[in-house]
Amino acid sequence: MTLEPARLLEMYRQMATIRAFTRRASEESRAGNIPTPIPANVGEEGSAVGVCSALRPDDRITSTHRCLGHAIAKGVDLGCIMAELFGRSNGCCQGKGGAMHIADFSVGMLGANGIVGGGLPIATGAALAAQLEGSDRVAVAFFGDGASNEGTFHSSMNLAAIWKLPIVFVCENNGWAIAVPASYALSVEDVSVRAVSYGIPGVTVDGTDVLAVYEAAQQAVARARAGNGPSLIECKNYRWDSNSQVDHAAARGRLHDPLESLRSHILNAGTADSDALERVHREVDAAVADAAAYAAAGPIPNPQDALDSVFAA
Amino acid sequence: MREITYVDAIIEALREEMRRDETVFHLCGGLGPLEPLASEFGTDRVRVCPISEDAYVGAGIGAAGCGFRPIISPGVMAFAFTAMDQIVNQMAKTHYMLGGQARFPLVLRAATGAGRAAAAQHCQSSHPFFLNLPGLKVVMPSTPYDAKGLMKSAIRDDNPVVFFEPQSFSISGLIGPVPEEEYTIPLGTADIKRAGDDVTVVAIGRMVQAALAAAETLAGEGISVEVVDPRTLTPMDTATIRDSARKTGRVVVVDEASVTGSAASEITAVIVEDPATFRSLQAPPRRVCAPDVPVPFSPILEQFCIPDQADVAAAVRQTVTESQ
Repeated sequence: MTLEPARLLEMYRQMATIRAFTRRASEESRAGNIPTPIPANVGEEGSAVGVCSALRPDDRITSTHRCLGHAIAKGVDLGCIMAELFGRSNGCCQGKGGAMHIADFSVGMLGANGIVGGGLPIATGAALAAQLEGSDRVAVAFFGDGASNEGTFHSSMNLAAIWKLPIVFVCENNGWAIAVPASYALSVEDVSVRAVSYGIPGVTVDGTDVLAVYEAAQQAVARARAGNGPSLIECKNYRWDSNSQVDHAAARGRLHDPLESLRSHILNAGTADSDALERVHREVDAAVADAAAYAAAGPIPNPQDALDSVFAA
Repeated sequence: MREITYVDAIIEALREEMRRDETVFHLCGGLGPLEPLASEFGTDRVRVCPISEDAYVGAGIGAAGCGFRPIISPGVMAFAFTAMDQIVNQMAKTHYMLGGQARFPLVLRAATGAGRAAAAQHCQSSHPFFLNLPGLKVVMPSTPYDAKGLMKSAIRDDNPVVFFEPQSFSISGLIGPVPEEEYTIPLGTADIKRAGDDVTVVAIGRMVQAALAAAETLAGEGISVEVVDPRTLTPMDTATIRDSARKTGRVVVVDEASVTGSAASEITAVIVEDPATFRSLQAPPRRVCAPDVPVPFSPILEQFCIPDQADVAAAVRQTVTESQ
């Protein structure tokens, strides 16, 4: 598909940002500045950016424990994410959520989730809210192949289908549920065929091809916005890193680099030259460095802060 | 004052709040007594859901986070256990985990307790485990008046509220006085259902009726019983409970739940861990609860397990004896 140069470059910038940010977060984790391993998104930037590029700022998403790509692509401030990872009070969740619970309702990021499949019903509710308020906002539920074996995958798709809710279910199938291969755990080769059970469209796209993801997402989002109901998109991804630096899934798939693919596309199409792309990387690196500095300088919570925000006042 | 049923009192609260606030809507497992609301407000706002509790409980959470005030009615609370991830991991924790940036005003209302010969899944008192989930408010009214006033407050609250309705009330058709005019009851306020001097009986839900019946019997024996109904278990009105305990010096706590880890256990702890209240006690506090067994089917077995007025009266007499 043909896209205007500015949009292509913005996609490239976002994917580069996700990669640089994730790598920096992993370094900070290894250095002890982040008290937890980072579920990495390296190699999976295409699905996050491809889908979120088809959304409006007032659309809403839910995410998974592997949330950094979704959060960045939806527009959550880098500094607020990094500060949250550091456990600081200036984090997007005031240091109470951490790596698996990045959220910023002000940009439609309704939250990552530490429970596999936990976010699908919540995104379904966001779509229900859009329908009830008579708006044309759309909700997206990101989840993995593992979640497609959870009950919420099936019950949420059925609910969304019978009520024609404006939602897109996006399965990022990276072939691994923690350390269990999809080839073992899935009854079908393509998660997208499960859409048939709910009478909704289901497509499988190459998740490392951001433009293919974007095209599929645009169609599904347009359908949802027009009031025609939900869709399922399966993005075949390749997880480069292990789940969270603690399991033993092998690093694979570096032949399928979504960032490198988009770079080739941009250079071949003459959208920009390599100097322009290098400039993007320099700007991205600076932004990530700023985010890390913001986090490192952020206030450490007062222990008593643990007692706040249990209930809304 | 007119008298209406417990169920009708709740329906009145729902109707008034739906008229007052168009963001209030229902996600229910079936219409049942909500039928008139569907007629008045339409099936968009009174939505019958497929039997997918995890999906519609979670959808309620999502809609709440996006500006609505859903009332989620799975029927018997046991049915909501298929949505336990959504309740425990999402509903209770999301506001806190996200640093308070979003509010989740919703009511999860469901029938609870025994008394209908339906065995251990349909007949169980699960409120104690909701007490150990910070982030949830827990309400269990014992009268039509309390049910209406507390439901209105629960709907207006900006937090998830779990609202337990003893199912024996709808079976028995319990009625009570409910004013025509508007009123609310704040969450976290106990009510002294009967004033007395000798023994404090703290009772929850339908155990309030058993406690009041026992108090009447005991009055004839010269024992003056004060019946305190916490009405809300989270937040709990510890001041009213402790005040009463200090006044009488004798405490019996009645809860339909199995005794281990019951709300009665928590209320007992609230009483004895306060030094002044502890020193005022003339006898050890006593819990009257179900034994640690699943509720059995056969009515004679079920009745054996569930505390009744005779059990409460016996515990009060024993407490009086121990204090002499």
